[in-house]
Amino acid sequence: MIRILFFAHLREETGQSEAEIEGAGKTIKQIKKEVVEQFHASRLDSAMTAVNEEFVPEDYRVKEGDVVAFIPPVSGG
Amino acid sequence: MFKITKQPIKMEEVVQQVIRPEAGAVVTFLGTVRELTNGKKTLYLQYEAYESMAEKKLRQIGEEIEKRWPGAKTAIVHRIGRLDISDIAVAIAVSTPHRKDAYEANRYAIERIKEMVPIWKKEHWEDGEEWIGNQQGTIAYSDGKPPQES
Repeated sequence: MIRILFFAHLREETGQSEAEIEGAGKTIKQIKKEVVEQFHASRLDSAMTAVNEEFVPEDYRVKEGDVVAFIPPVSGG
Repeated sequence: MFKITKQPIKMEEVVQQVIRPEAGAVVTFLGTVRELTNGKKTLYLQYEAYESMAEKKLRQIGEEIEKRWPGAKTAIVHRIGRLDISDIAVAIAVSTPHRKDAYEANRYAIERIKEMVPIWKKEHWEDGEEWIGNQQGTIAYSDGKPPQES
């Protein structure tokens, strides 16, 4: 299992800030596709992804126990 | 000091983090909540962060600054939660031996925050609300990663 985190509009759309899914061995691209279908999250294509608090590319393969956060375009400051 | 806080920001505390004998210049920046954006009246803002990662990324900005401007010391505090008009959302203090570097490094810090620190704001107006993204006007992150540090 991996933990996935939602923030901002993604958190509101999915109605939850986190969830657990089967994801070990899959790429970020694959996981995003599944999350869109399973959690009805839109606009994931414009989100960055962080694994264990570091940004990773779309072809990154996640491991068991990873924490995968979807990061919508940021607007701090 | 690289911190996400729910409390009002006290600038003096941020400045004190970077004042030291080696420094001859301290430049500070405050980001405050603006009432009008593109003619639309904001009632208040709601900020949210991926707190642990955001603090890590703020620290990374401090390290990038130290590399580019040797001898620079940085402190950044960003507030989250509900903020009203004119509240301080972010405070940045940079000290360096000489003033030119402090000005440049401080500017670098706020631009980097807007690029890649996981903090989001939602604008609340009289007739609606919206999560704001993409302040840089860039199309977001097609390769899933933020712009490289320069």
